[in-house]
Amino acid sequence: MTLLPSLLAQLLHLALMLAVGPLLVGLVRWLKARLMGRQGANPLQPWRDLLKLLRKQPLLAENASVVSLAAPYAALGATAAAAALVPGFTHGMLLAPMADLILIAGLLALARFALALAAMDVGTAFGDLGAAREMSFAAFTEPAFMLAVLAFAMLAGTTNLDAVGSLLQEGMVGLRVTLGLASLALLAVALAENGRLPVDNPATHLELTMVHEAMLLESSGRQLALWEMQGALRLALWLSLLAALFLPFGTAPADAGPLAWLFGLLAWAIKLGLLAVALAILESVIAKMRVFRVPEFLGAALLLALLGAVFLFLSTGLA
Amino acid sequence: MGFGQLSYDVAHLLAGTVLLLSFLLLYQRRISAVISTFAAQGAALALAVAWQGWAQGAPGLYVTALVAATAKAVLIPLALRALVRRFGLHRSVEPALGIGAGLIVGVGLVALAILVVLPATTGAGALAREDLAMALSVVLLGMLMMITRRQAISQVIGLLSLENGLVLAAAGVRGLPLVVELSTAALVLVLAGMAGFFAFHLRASFASLDLSLLHRHRGERAEAERP
Repeated sequence: MTLLPSLLAQLLHLALMLAVGPLLVGLVRWLKARLMGRQGANPLQPWRDLLKLLRKQPLLAENASVVSLAAPYAALGATAAAAALVPGFTHGMLLAPMADLILIAGLLALARFALALAAMDVGTAFGDLGAAREMSFAAFTEPAFMLAVLAFAMLAGTTNLDAVGSLLQEGMVGLRVTLGLASLALLAVALAENGRLPVDNPATHLELTMVHEAMLLESSGRQLALWEMQGALRLALWLSLLAALFLPFGTAPADAGPLAWLFGLLAWAIKLGLLAVALAILESVIAKMRVFRVPEFLGAALLLALLGAVFLFLSTGLA
Repeated sequence: MGFGQLSYDVAHLLAGTVLLLSFLLLYQRRISAVISTFAAQGAALALAVAWQGWAQGAPGLYVTALVAATAKAVLIPLALRALVRRFGLHRSVEPALGIGAGLIVGVGLVALAILVVLPATTGAGALAREDLAMALSVVLLGMLMMITRRQAISQVIGLLSLENGLVLAAAGVRGLPLVVELSTAALVLVLAGMAGFFAFHLRASFASLDLSLLHRHRGERAEAERP
């Protein structure tokens, strides 16, 4: 009997995530432009770009293999699957029992793998450079993410994101130093994973500094639209993930009925909006790091996550 | 007291902030950023002590908090900035140990502090124990900063951040007399003054605050690193 509402919630959630992703990208761009005193494009612009790109004919390099054709679908599919698992406006969706944080990390890693393969497929220098940088950053972000997951697993007794979120929402865990450290580590990981400012500049095509854009140079038309959609969906996913873990207020249970859903939707929209504003302000006040400083930054995030886990482990073990 | 109570949670979080800022001190590369981080640590310490004063109902701690806020968050950073301006020290910090290695050692020191403090204080309340562990971590990280930095001014900041850890420990322990805290603060003031004097002397004799220039005079190396 709870199958129908949870299925409905799941479908609504996935549709919303897909719709919200490009909107968030546009919103952050618009906010940044306003903060810098520019007019700024309409937040709907990424959606318009996507629709335009979908109508264009894709051009492939002569030596492109089947990887270039298949990788965008694989990456978008993996990201969409991960996005379906992250709780948004409601807990207890149909796929909630599968919403393991480790599975989400794996799906994101799969999408990154597909992106790097596609970048290297044609064999241009920029694609290879971008792929190499992306994967070397991932060598730091993935362990940091796993250590934060470890801390949550010790606090909540499970790695299921839905269960962790519900537990945090009830406030049984309290404010802990470990949570603070894990939140800082996850923020740094989220910035790096989405190619946002201290790590990568999403607004530039300057050759020597770009990471994410360098990997998309060879794609066009439909494939570029898929990659853009994947990036936008990843941003929505990460902001929802952070909101579910660190702003766990107002999320509705899946079988609570339409009115509770409405409040959950409202809370979710407010949380995403706040995070988008915070991201825009952050990107306006800080400069991009040199690429060689990024491992230091991400290494610090890794160590913060490690510190949180060590603190929790020792203090629960010895208490 | 345990997790889930507001007074405990906030005290824990504020002490954690002080500890986190100690890590940030180790992470920063520029002198001005180090000083700003130190000022932030002083402010966080003042908040933590004031919260302890409210939670324990000890008005004496408000005085300590006020002293920390005025001295550590405002006056000492201003003096350090003036010193930097006067000496023209706008260069970056050169750690003797790399930044990453320093941070790794820092995590090890925090683990060590927890391993030492928690078994030794089995009788006390949970709040005092974890606070003590964090305070000892701040002390150890301050020492680490003194060891890993070459410039006298960052070593002074390491010493002062070490004293922040002492104040944090003193605030966490219920019923510590004010005299002890004040004498600690006075001692550190004397130490800071001496460090400043030392820095002035060094500057006068070597025209630099880089302590690696002194290695030659310890007789450890025949050749100086710089002419």
